[in-house]
Amino acid sequence: MVGPDEGDVAVAVSPRREWPLALLMLAPSIAVFVVFVFYPLGRTVWLGLYEVDPFGNRYWAGLGQYAEVLSSPAFRGSLWTTVVFTLITVPAGLVAGLALAVLAHRRLRGIAVFRTLFASTVATSVAVASLMWLTMLNPSTGVVNQVLKALGQDPINFLGHPSWALPAVALATVWLHLGFTFIVMSAGLQSVPDELLESARIDGAGPWMRFWHVTVPMLSPTILFALVVLTISAFQSFGQIDLLTQGGPLGHTNVVVYSVFRNVSSNPGVASVQALALFVIVLGLTLVQFRYLERRVFYGS
Amino acid sequence: MAAELVDPRALPPPPSGAHPVRIAGRYGLLVVAAVVVAFPIYVAVAVSIQPSDRLLRFPAVLIPGDLRLDTFERAFTQARLGRYLVNSAVVSLVITAGQLVTSILAAYAFAYLRFPAKRVLFVAFIATLMVPSEVTIVANYETVQRLGWLDSYQGLTVPFLATAFGTFLLRQSFLQVPRDLRDAAALDGYGHWGFLAGVAVPLARPMIAALGVFSFLLSWNQYLWPLLITNDDAYRTVQIGLKALASTNIDQLNVIMAGTVIAALPIFALLVLFQRQLIRGLTSGAVKG
Amino acid sequence: MATVALAGVTKRFGDVVAVDDLTLEAGDDDFLVLLGPSGCGKSTALRMVAGLEEPTSGRITIGGRTVNGVEPKARDVAMVFQSYALYPHKTVLDNIAFPLKARGVPKAERNEQAASVAAQLGLGELLTRRPGQLSGGQRQRVALARAIVRRPQVFLMDEPLSNLDAKMRTQTRAELVELHERLATTFIYVTHDQVEAMTMGSRVAILDQGALQQVGPPQEVYDRPANLFVARFIGSPPMNTLPATVEHLNGTAALRVGAGGRVALPEVLGNAAERGHGADVVVGVRPEHLRPVPPSATVANGDGIRATVRVVESLGHERHLLCEVEGAGAVIARVDAEAPVPHAGEPVLLGAEPRHVHIFDGATGGRLGP
Repeated sequence: MVGPDEGDVAVAVSPRREWPLALLMLAPSIAVFVVFVFYPLGRTVWLGLYEVDPFGNRYWAGLGQYAEVLSSPAFRGSLWTTVVFTLITVPAGLVAGLALAVLAHRRLRGIAVFRTLFASTVATSVAVASLMWLTMLNPSTGVVNQVLKALGQDPINFLGHPSWALPAVALATVWLHLGFTFIVMSAGLQSVPDELLESARIDGAGPWMRFWHVTVPMLSPTILFALVVLTISAFQSFGQIDLLTQGGPLGHTNVVVYSVFRNVSSNPGVASVQALALFVIVLGLTLVQFRYLERRVFYGS
Repeated sequence: MAAELVDPRALPPPPSGAHPVRIAGRYGLLVVAAVVVAFPIYVAVAVSIQPSDRLLRFPAVLIPGDLRLDTFERAFTQARLGRYLVNSAVVSLVITAGQLVTSILAAYAFAYLRFPAKRVLFVAFIATLMVPSEVTIVANYETVQRLGWLDSYQGLTVPFLATAFGTFLLRQSFLQVPRDLRDAAALDGYGHWGFLAGVAVPLARPMIAALGVFSFLLSWNQYLWPLLITNDDAYRTVQIGLKALASTNIDQLNVIMAGTVIAALPIFALLVLFQRQLIRGLTSGAVKG
Repeated sequence: MATVALAGVTKRFGDVVAVDDLTLEAGDDDFLVLLGPSGCGKSTALRMVAGLEEPTSGRITIGGRTVNGVEPKARDVAMVFQSYALYPHKTVLDNIAFPLKARGVPKAERNEQAASVAAQLGLGELLTRRPGQLSGGQRQRVALARAIVRRPQVFLMDEPLSNLDAKMRTQTRAELVELHERLATTFIYVTHDQVEAMTMGSRVAILDQGALQQVGPPQEVYDRPANLFVARFIGSPPMNTLPATVEHLNGTAALRVGAGGRVALPEVLGNAAERGHGADVVVGVRPEHLRPVPPSATVANGDGIRATVRVVESLGHERHLLCEVEGAGAVIARVDAEAPVPHAGEPVLLGAEPRHVHIFDGATGGRLGP
C-alpha cells in the first residue's frame, strides 16, 4: 500500500532548490548594477577625497575638499542657476502640459490630429530640440529675431545675453518636455470618471468650478508624478546647456551637471563632490515622490 | 487607458446642445496651440529644404520656395552622418535587446522563484533608480577608461545593459499571469525555462513591446555619456554627430537643420508605428505608481 | 491507472496546519472525492499529490513509487483547475497539444491526438479559437481535453465545475462519470459541493480542519456518518441533531431530549446504551426520517418527542416542517406534499424508526452504536 520501506513514514522533504536558477537569471543585471551603479557611487565618494593637479598627480585632500567645493562661489552659483532653471521650467511645463491636455480632452472632429501634434515633441531628443531652438534664436538669421525686426525692434542675442540666456534655455526645455507632460496629463484626465463631472454639472457647478473642484483634485496624483519627473529631469539638464550656451554667458547657465561634465577628466575630485551633491538633492526629491505616492495609494481606489 | 491617446472614443463628447460658437472657440484655441507647439518643427523642416540665401528673407523663409534637397546630401558629406546613424542604430539596438533580455530574466526570478535575500535584492534593484547616471559618470568614466572602452561600442552600451525600471514593469506583468497557469505548465511538463518562453513572455508581450520601444527611444536620444566617452568620429552617435555638424557649419543653418531632421526621423517613425507602446512606456510610471 | 496513497501526510504553512497527518488511498479506477468546507485542506492535499506543494512530513506514493520531491511533470498526473488555467494566447488545439509538446511528441502526431480528444469532447469546431472566445462550459472541456490527451495514470480535479451555471454543472457531472468509466483511471476530485460528491464519487473522503473525518462510499457515509461533523455536513437539509441525556430506568435505557420527553433507546443502538445514567450524547435523525404524528393519535409514550410546529414550508414536491423542541433546539421534518400535516403553532409528536436514529458522543462527537 505504501512503499516497501514503510518504516520511515515521516520523510523529511527539502523544497526543490530554486536559488541556483534565480542566481543565473539575476546575474547579468546584478553584474551591470554592481559595476556601473553601486561601485561608482562608492568610488565617487572616494574620489571626492582626492585632489588632482594639472599634471594628473593625485593628492589626498580629505573631507576638506568637500567643504571647499560645496562652499565655493562657483558651486553655489551653479546650484543657484540650477534651482532658478528648475523654478522656471517646472511650473511652466506643468501649466502648459495641463492646458494642452484639457484643451484636447473633447471628442471633436479631427481631435486626433491635434493630440498627435501636442505629443510630437516626445520624439525630439535633447540634441534635436536644442538645434531647432539654436536655429530659431540665431541672432542674425533666426526666425524669432526676424519677427522682432519686422516689428521694428532691435534683434536680441538671446543665447549670448546674460539675462536672456537662462530663460531661452528654459523655453527650449519646456518645449522639449511638453509632449511627455501632455501625454501624462491626458492619461490622467481620461481616468477622471465622467460621472463625477456630470454630477458636478447637475449640482450647478460651472466649467471653472468643475475644473478646480473635480478635475484638479482627481488629477493630483498625475500632476504630482509629472512634477517630480520634471523636477528631477530639470536638475539633470545637460544637453541643451551644452548645445545652446556651453554654460555661458559668464556662467549664467552653468548648471551643476554641466559643471560636473567640465571637471570629469580634468578634476575628478571636484566633479565627484558636485555629482554627490546632485545625488543627495535628487534622492531627496525621489523620497518626496515615494512619500506622496504612498499617500496616493491610500487615497486611490 | 493611456494607450488611447489619439483614440477620440476615449474622450467625453461635447455636451449636447453646446453652442456652435463655443465649439468654434475651442477649435480656435486648438489651432493656436498646435501652431505654437509645432512651430519649431515646422521652422526646422522649412529651413532644411531651402537655399541659404532665402533664409534671411522674412517672411519668405516661412513659406518654403525654391526647394532644395541637396542640404540633406551635404549633411551626409560634410559630417559623417551616415556613420553616426549606423552607430546610433547599433548602440540603441544592442541596449534595447540587452535590457529586454536582462530584465525579462530578472523579472522572472523576482516573480516566480523562491530564493534567499529576495526582498533585499529587489530593494537594491529599485534603489538603482534613485541614482541618476549624472552622479556616477565621474567614476564610470574612469572605469571605462581603464577597460580601454573609450571610443568603443562596449563603452557606449555595456553600462546600460540592465534596467531596474524594466525589471519592475515586467515583474508586475508576470505577477498578473494567474498562478494556476504556472501550476498547469508544471504539470504539463514545463520547467521554468519552458514556462518563461512558452507562456510568461508571450503573455507579457504588450509590456515587453512598450519597454522595448521606450528603451530604444532613451538610448537613441542619449547625450551626456556618448559625448563624454567618444572623441573618435567613428564611434559618435548621431546626437553627438549633430553637435559636430553644428559647430563645423555654423553659417549653414539649412544643412544643420537637414541633419537634425534626419536624426529625428527614426524616432518620429517609431512614434507613428508604436504610438501605443511608447505611450504605455511613458505613462506606466504614472499609472502604476 | 495507479494507486495513490498518502501516509501520515502533514503540510504546514508557517504556523498554520493545512493538512494534518492525512492517511488516505485512492485505488485503481477509484473516483475519490475529497469533500469539505473551504479551508479544510482538500486542495492542499490534491496539490501535494500533483507535486505543486511538498508535504512537510509524510509520504506520498503513486503506483507504489514514492514521489516526495519528484517534479510534477515526472509524476504522470494531470490536473484540471478551478480556473481551467488555459493559456490565453494559445488556440484550443495548441492548448490541448501543449502537454504533448513538452514531451517531444512530433507536431503532426500531437495535433492529431489533440484533435481526436477534442472531437470526443465535442470541441471539434472550436480548434482555432482562443480561450477568450469560448463559453465557460467550452473552456471547461478544453481543460479536460488537455488532461485527457496525456493519458495520465491519475486525474486530479480541483473544483472543476464551480464556475459553471447550474444546468451545465448537472450535465457535466454525468459526463465526468462516463469519462471515468471510459478511461478506467484513478480520479481524485476536490469539491465543497456534497451533491457532486454523492453523485460522482465511488468513494468520498470528508476533511475538516486538515484532518480526515471519514472515508467510504457515498451511501455509507450518508447512512452511517462517523461523527457529528460528517452527519451535519452531508445531506440537505442537514441531519437534525439534538443534545440528549442517557437515562437508565427499571433496567431499560432511554434518552431524554430537553423538555420533549423521553424516547426508549432501542437495543439495536448497542453501545450507546452502555453509557452510564446521565451521560451526555447527541441524537441525530435525518429530516426525511422524522415522522410527525398528531399527539392526539394513540401512540405509546416514549415513541417520540414532543415539539411545536413553527413554520410549514412547501417546496412543491414535499413540505418542510420547522419544529421547536423545547429546551433542545430546532428540527426539520420532510414530509410528502400530500400527507396531512399540522399547522403552525400546533403541537406535534416526532418519531423515527430505531435504525434511522444516530447517537453521537456528547464530548467527542464520535459515533456510538453500529
